[in-house]
Amino acid sequence: MMTPRNGGGSPAVEWTLTLPGQRVHLGTQRPLTLDCGVALSDFPVAYQMYGRMNPSRSNVILVCHALTGDQFVAETHPITGKPGWWAALVGSGLPLDTDRYCILCINVLGGCMGSAGPSEINPDTGEPWGLGFPVITIADMVRAQAMVLDHLGIEQLFAVIGGSMGGMQVLEWASLYPHRVFAAVPIAATAQHSAQNIAFHEVGRQAIMADPDWCGGDYWRYDKNPHRGLAVARMAAHITYLSEHKLTEKFGRQLQERSAVTYGFDADFQVESYLRYQGISFVERFDANSYLYITRAMDYFDMAARHGGVLANAFVDTRVRFCVISFTSDWLYPTVESRRIVKALNAVAADVSFAEIASNNGHDAFLLEEPEFRRVLSGFLDAAAAHRGLPPVRGS
Amino acid sequence: MTSALPPALRGDLQLIADMIQPNTRVLDVGCGDGTLLAHLVRHKQVNGRGIEISTAGVNACVSAGLSVIQGNAETDLFDYPDAAFDYVVLSQTLQAVHQPKVILQQLLRIGRRAVVSLPNFAHWRLRWYLLVRGRMPKTKVLDHEWYDTPNIHLCSIQDFVILCRDLGIVIERSVCLDRKGTRYRIGRSMTVANLLGEQAVFLLRR
Repeated sequence: MMTPRNGGGSPAVEWTLTLPGQRVHLGTQRPLTLDCGVALSDFPVAYQMYGRMNPSRSNVILVCHALTGDQFVAETHPITGKPGWWAALVGSGLPLDTDRYCILCINVLGGCMGSAGPSEINPDTGEPWGLGFPVITIADMVRAQAMVLDHLGIEQLFAVIGGSMGGMQVLEWASLYPHRVFAAVPIAATAQHSAQNIAFHEVGRQAIMADPDWCGGDYWRYDKNPHRGLAVARMAAHITYLSEHKLTEKFGRQLQERSAVTYGFDADFQVESYLRYQGISFVERFDANSYLYITRAMDYFDMAARHGGVLANAFVDTRVRFCVISFTSDWLYPTVESRRIVKALNAVAADVSFAEIASNNGHDAFLLEEPEFRRVLSGFLDAAAAHRGLPPVRGS
Repeated sequence: MTSALPPALRGDLQLIADMIQPNTRVLDVGCGDGTLLAHLVRHKQVNGRGIEISTAGVNACVSAGLSVIQGNAETDLFDYPDAAFDYVVLSQTLQAVHQPKVILQQLLRIGRRAVVSLPNFAHWRLRWYLLVRGRMPKTKVLDHEWYDTPNIHLCSIQDFVILCRDLGIVIERSVCLDRKGTRYRIGRSMTVANLLGEQAVFLLRR
């Protein structure tokens, strides 16, 4: 399915030649008009599917990935060789049971795993888009995903599920296409990026742009890669995904393979070494410009603003069944943000469940093995599936 | 869902369930582990929602497929639109809220009807306890010490009826339960109900 393309020094361009999964070119007949006003035509979108669609195509769960996630939800990652980012939840016999549901995950617009983004080729120039790629929003990502559903002949999703930025897409799905969503599960999410959220992202973007190898966004042209800047961006962001409790428990003030501090700037502490590793391993799979675009999309996210300042207006008369989930130690998108969403949904008398899961794992809890989270998610999905008339797995 | 026998409900919960018509929209405020809500969803096919303050209760409910949110009746009822539900249930909770009057009004704003159950503080055993022992009464229904009770606004059946009258709330049905769980209609003989009823359940409308 992958179409070979020419040129460019960015690793992302070469990766996409050999990625597993499917890729479709959208907007060939009617372009996608982005929030910024640009009309995007003939653009690729990459996706991956697990499990089988039933004949009526009513058992599809769309999993929306987070900022640095991708469509490889439940398989060994083709680049890093690590397990899929949600392998703990997606698979046979797991809450997102591939024997029952068809799990679809689409690389977001602006991403770097095969969907249109700054590292992909601009058909008009034959070169990577770079900073010429239009600035996209969460709603644009969702509109592009809806075009993939049209392509696959899926009228209504059984559920849309996602954590973090994935949760923002879930909210946008329920708002933009309420009739195409039966159930929606925004996890560890927010309906509006806060000043603090924007501030952390700006640190990351500045780190990338301050790297001389960024070359004003044209690094592919000079066969360079601003990996130092991107690594710093990742390090800063990674801290926000953890909790202080978890960092203390995991590292404390323990030293890295030494018995005393060295009175220098080497990674004396384990936590430094850990963060450096997180930064370095990130750059081998992620495109720096993509990081700029996607963090920008998140910063622009403010659902209430588009609805007269009233979040509830985004969900008027909704028939979607919601399950909002937050984690106690998540300080990036804390429970109060989920509560705001629940409040808005209550204001329109929506069918909503809301559970706060006790966890020390911070924002990253949604990616980890959290038994209570798993129980809540399974219970909600089972009940929703019964309402939707989806048969249980045979033999269970 | 497969259930051979409907599980037996606690007496006051069964009374509440009996007051609710099938195929209606119901909000259970303080739904606990979802016992009543699950019963109503299964046996009365209601479109049921719940609010529960304890995380353990909420997670049990959602895991069982009930639409329940973690929240606090004293702050979260204000979020709902008018007449969003056919019934709003408040079971054994009114005596534990800071502003019972405001909560009662909220119940009947967001619900066309409210079903309220409460312990009767004028029950003869409580009166006797206080009279003879001279100490704050403790019973099976009200089993806290005075210093750690969540029940800060206890009232009698008669007190509650008077509050409803003052607020212009219509009591459509009222039933009390004695210690053995026998039901009595609360009719004209308020004095008797107020003496013998250990708890009472009211069906209210605006």
